[in-house]
Order: sequence, then C-alpha cells, then structure tokens
Amino acid sequence: MSDMAVSHGMAGEFEPSLFGAYSKKIGMWLFLLSDTLTFGALLFAYSYGRISNPDWPTPFHKESIINATIMTGCLLSSSLTMVLAVMAARRGDRSWTRNWILFTMFFGVAFIVLHGMEWTKLIAEGMTPSKNPWSSTVQQFGGTFFTLTGMHMVHVTIGVIYLGVVALRKRFLPILLICWLAVWLGTPADSVFHLGAHLILIGAIVAGIIMFLKPKDYDAHDVEIAGLYWHFVDLVWMFIFPLVYLMSTRITG
Amino acid sequence: MHTVDTHHDEDKSQYFWVWGFLLVLTAAEVALAYNQVFQPVQMLEALMILSIIKSVLIIGWFMHLKYEIAAMKWVMMGSVTICLCLMCIFFADAFRIIHLGVK
Repeated sequence: MSDMAVSHGMAGEFEPSLFGAYSKKIGMWLFLLSDTLTFGALLFAYSYGRISNPDWPTPFHKESIINATIMTGCLLSSSLTMVLAVMAARRGDRSWTRNWILFTMFFGVAFIVLHGMEWTKLIAEGMTPSKNPWSSTVQQFGGTFFTLTGMHMVHVTIGVIYLGVVALRKRFLPILLICWLAVWLGTPADSVFHLGAHLILIGAIVAGIIMFLKPKDYDAHDVEIAGLYWHFVDLVWMFIFPLVYLMSTRITG
Repeated sequence: MHTVDTHHDEDKSQYFWVWGFLLVLTAAEVALAYNQVFQPVQMLEALMILSIIKSVLIIGWFMHLKYEIAAMKWVMMGSVTICLCLMCIFFADAFRIIHLGVK
C-alpha cells in the first residue's frame, strides 16, 4: 500500500496521502530538501570565504573551465536521458527504460572521471585541504573546495549505483565489484581515489543487502524516485559550477 | 504496476527545449565569467540569477514539480527557500570583513 496514491477527500479505509502523491515520492522530496540544506550550508560557507578574502586563489584557467563546462554538459545531458527513462517507464517500455538509465549512468561516470582528473591535476600542483600553492593567506581554499566538490562527487557516485540497481538489479553487483577492484588496483596507493574506491565496495554491500532483504521488480514509481535523486545531483552542480569554478577563473594571455 | 498519480500530458520535445535552454544558460555563464564582465560581487549576483533560472527549469520540468498540486509546490519550495534565505544573514559579516579588514 505504501506505493498507492489516495485522492484527497476520498472517504475510505486509508488516510489520504500527503499532497496526493505516493509516499515514496514524498519521502524522496523530504530527503532532497534536507540534503539541499546540507549543500546550502557548504555553498554559503564557500561563498562567505570567497567574498571575505580579496586574495582568494584563482587556479582555474582555460583547461579547467573547459573541463568543468564539459562536466556540466554531461550532467545536463544525463538529466535529459533520465527524464526520457521516466517517460519510457510510464509507457511500460522496459527495454528503453533500461537503455535510457544506462545512458544516464554513462554520463554520470564520465562526470566522475573528468572530476577525478581535475582533482588529480590540482593535487599534483600542490593543493591539499590545508594549503594551496596560489595564496598562502587563504589556507581554507583547499578545504572548502575538496569538501564541497567531494561531497557532490560522493552523491554522483551513489546516484550511479542507485540507477544501476534500478536498471540491472542483481546483475549490477558483479559489475560494481569489478569497478571497485579496477579503481582500487588501478590507482597509486597514495592517491585519494585509492581509498575512495572503497565507496564503490560499500555501495555494492548496501545494494546487495537491500536486494537480498527486499527483492523486487522496480516499477515506474521506482524509476521516477531514482530520477528525482539524479536531477537533484544535477541541480546542486548548477550552483557549484559557477561558485567554485567560474568565480575563480584565471585569465592568461 | 500501480496507478501512477502523475498522469499528465507529456510532450517529449519540451524536455529537449529545456535541455537546450539549460545549455545556452551555461554557455552564457561561462562567457560572463571568462570575459570577466563584472566585479566579483556583481559577478556573483549575475551567476546566481542564472543558476536560479536553471534550477527552476530543472525542478519544474525534469523533476516534474510543475505537474504536482499547488500545496506541494508551495510547501516544498517555500520551506527550503526560507531556510536558505536565513543563511544569507552570514553574508553581512563577509562584507563587513572586506571593509574593516582582518588583521
């Protein structure tokens, strides 16, 4: 019954659902609102630092801006493919639902890879959470940058795992484990991504437990709920991109 | 499959239009920032206005909030907007630091 939508004012056995929407959708919206406040606090903290420090570093030159713009294009395109997946699910077209979700995951993975490359470049230039090579007086730049973008990258990774479970169900678990091994063994031991790879393992364990405890065939509601989460990840980036990258461009030549 | 309460006339082309508009707005943001059209504070305001327009498009169309009932729209967006606006109180201090200087 938890998935059912009950009209307002309808006398019957059950309480009318909040806003006439099914409970899973309300639950996801409430979660997203709370997550909005988390990201809101991080974005406000970053903006506070940016405004109050005239010497704020501007390390993002042409290459970084192009890279971040492509990342933005990936997320916007993934939102389009996600909404097409939701439409296909409503039509009952399982094949195209899966295909569109896989396209969405492709764009999500592309975003993570491009973001990982950007992080690697900044770390190679000497940036850490506690210092940066561009401005010795603004030590909090690294900390705020890595916290904000790292938090978002974690959300994107969770989103890709979530979509994979909805699209492929148990068949996605071995793929996740292969991805975990590939990232873990394919990155240097001193790389942040060597440790970060374990997020994929944790995701695989959690997804496995959920699918073991509640095995089900995901329907149009589940696709729509997964879509809400994915669009939220896209939405947050629409604020991180201008605040972090575009406000710290370095124009040379 | 359960009865979905979100049955509404959907035109696939509208999502492509929204996607295209979002890409155009992103290009406008990059052009503004790369050409450094404004000073930092004015640039922040301009970029945030464009970002809010983009977020309205994403929430309204991609997240389908425009198809929900009015009460849901007002409660969801009203509550989060009020909470985020309350955080703006910190900006006054950020500007104060610029003018007074931190020694």
